[in-house]
Amino acid sequence: MKKRLFSKPFIYTILILYAVITFIPFLWAILSSFKSLEEIVSGITFLPETFTFDNYIQIFSQEPLFLRWMFNSIFITACMVFLNIIFNSMAGYALARIKFAGRKFWFFLILVVLMIPFQVTLIPSYLILKMFGWLNTYQGLIIPGMVNATFIFMMRQFFLNFPKELEEAAQMDGLSRIGTFFKIVMPLAKPALAAQAVFIFMSSWNDFMRPLIIMSDEEMFTLTLGLNTFKGQYISFWNLIMAASTLMTIPSLLIYAFFNRYFIKGVTFTGGK
Amino acid sequence: MSPLLHLYQERGVNMDPVKKEDRSQVFQKRGSKQKKQPKKPKKMMTKTFKEGFSGYLFMSPTIFTIGIFVVIPILYALYLSFNDVQLLGGIGYEFIGLDNYTRSFDDGRAMIALKNTAEYVLIVVPVQTCLALLLAAALNSNIRGKNAFRIIFFLPTVTSSAVLTIIFMWMYNPDGLINTFLAFLQLPTYNWLADPSIALKSIMIMNIWATAPFFMVIYLAAMQDISDSVYEAATIDGANWWQKFIYITIPILKPVTFFVVVMGVIGTFQLFDQSYIFSGGSGGPNNSTLTIVLLIYQYAFKSLDMGYASALAVILAIIIMVVTLIQKKFFGEEKLHD
Repeated sequence: MKKRLFSKPFIYTILILYAVITFIPFLWAILSSFKSLEEIVSGITFLPETFTFDNYIQIFSQEPLFLRWMFNSIFITACMVFLNIIFNSMAGYALARIKFAGRKFWFFLILVVLMIPFQVTLIPSYLILKMFGWLNTYQGLIIPGMVNATFIFMMRQFFLNFPKELEEAAQMDGLSRIGTFFKIVMPLAKPALAAQAVFIFMSSWNDFMRPLIIMSDEEMFTLTLGLNTFKGQYISFWNLIMAASTLMTIPSLLIYAFFNRYFIKGVTFTGGK
Repeated sequence: MSPLLHLYQERGVNMDPVKKEDRSQVFQKRGSKQKKQPKKPKKMMTKTFKEGFSGYLFMSPTIFTIGIFVVIPILYALYLSFNDVQLLGGIGYEFIGLDNYTRSFDDGRAMIALKNTAEYVLIVVPVQTCLALLLAAALNSNIRGKNAFRIIFFLPTVTSSAVLTIIFMWMYNPDGLINTFLAFLQLPTYNWLADPSIALKSIMIMNIWATAPFFMVIYLAAMQDISDSVYEAATIDGANWWQKFIYITIPILKPVTFFVVVMGVIGTFQLFDQSYIFSGGSGGPNNSTLTIVLLIYQYAFKSLDMGYASALAVILAIIIMVVTLIQKKFFGEEKLHD
């Protein structure tokens, strides 16, 4: 009977209107990235009068660091995704399945960690990284973020509902805990791992504050920081800025296009499902 | 992606309801364990040791990272907040008791940041929550193309806050897309970026646009779980759609609303990226986009006044926790699943 909640034409109007509102900023950015500077300054045109790829070419020729920023973002994000998937799953598995002394304490600690706003740990973490000599390095950004309490919690939930029989059979066959985990359990956890992967990808790829604080050399910037610097250097060259923004967004959109069901799954999990 | 999303994720599951659900699973587990106990062989000792070893082996990366980059920093932050910290070559500490905390009350910029942040929270959270609920209700009404709409609505959540802020700055330009559109409709135009009375509102509009769909997905998932029979019974009693929405949907979704509001409050209190990019890090024009976190950043990493910045961060954490507790009182003891 949900169907009678609103009348249908009214619902379609709301949904289509909101879809347009959602879509226009993206469309506007993409269209602007194909316009020449003259067209950008001369006033508002919706579609490009002369369609040009020059902006994209110019980004790479005028900003040689753009490729480096791209590499930094890809490298850091890839490491974060890989390490998080393994470490969060290991911790979630231990908390769900292995009976070791102090298990309750560690689980409680993880719940506490979830409640602390990260701004509190920001300044001390910076000082600790400084002490390690890890400021302005890849590990300075990767190591502190290589586990994530939310996903440890999620993996624990996942493994609590995971059939025990498979592991027991594997252990009968003489596989160790670690062997069972990597050869039997992890391959069967793929959907949960995928949901984790897309979220870690997004939070790392789009992170602004942590790189801002940790990376000081322009060479070590990630794309988000690079884009902000780029915007500062090319104020009012909105055609170039929009091309750079489009380039930065394409990887997220591609991943979203292919894995959108995992995004939804991840969100509904954080919603307590 | 919006930084908010990241924060929501970080904090997304600290809710009592989830813990309760989780507890019930622990009970189930205990139950099954108890049945098996009599069969246990004598090799208990070695088995306990082995389990302990593999438990800590599996936990070691987590214990290392959370220990060094969360637990120690929390204690360190408290220590810093009671000290005057000098960063010249090494780090020098001078214990000054509560001075950093009392200082914040006389700090004009801290008060402005608090006022801006409070205004931002009070406007953004109700608006985005209502919008999310409305969109979810619209999507949950057996229409065609539900998935396509959902995929489009979710786009801003996937996109980086830096990119979104930059795109909106381009649209907010004095002769940009938004003003052109407003002028076309014969509506007043604004100086979205440079007018101190408007700048924060520009960020509000942008962030409501960017985060409402995230909460919509949460609402939608919960709505899909409401049994049809409830609505059928109401129809037999002669309720119209509006009555059903007000008297059935909203009360059933109350725990979800609690969750959405809490996450919204936590996220909005931590506004940083958008203000930073909007104002080039200054919080301008005329401190109108200065938020608490931006102020903490400025004190810690521009003025290198880390003791005072830590005190502000501790105050922020306390504010967030207190507001969360008040909300919990307000919404009552609710379960997410029942």
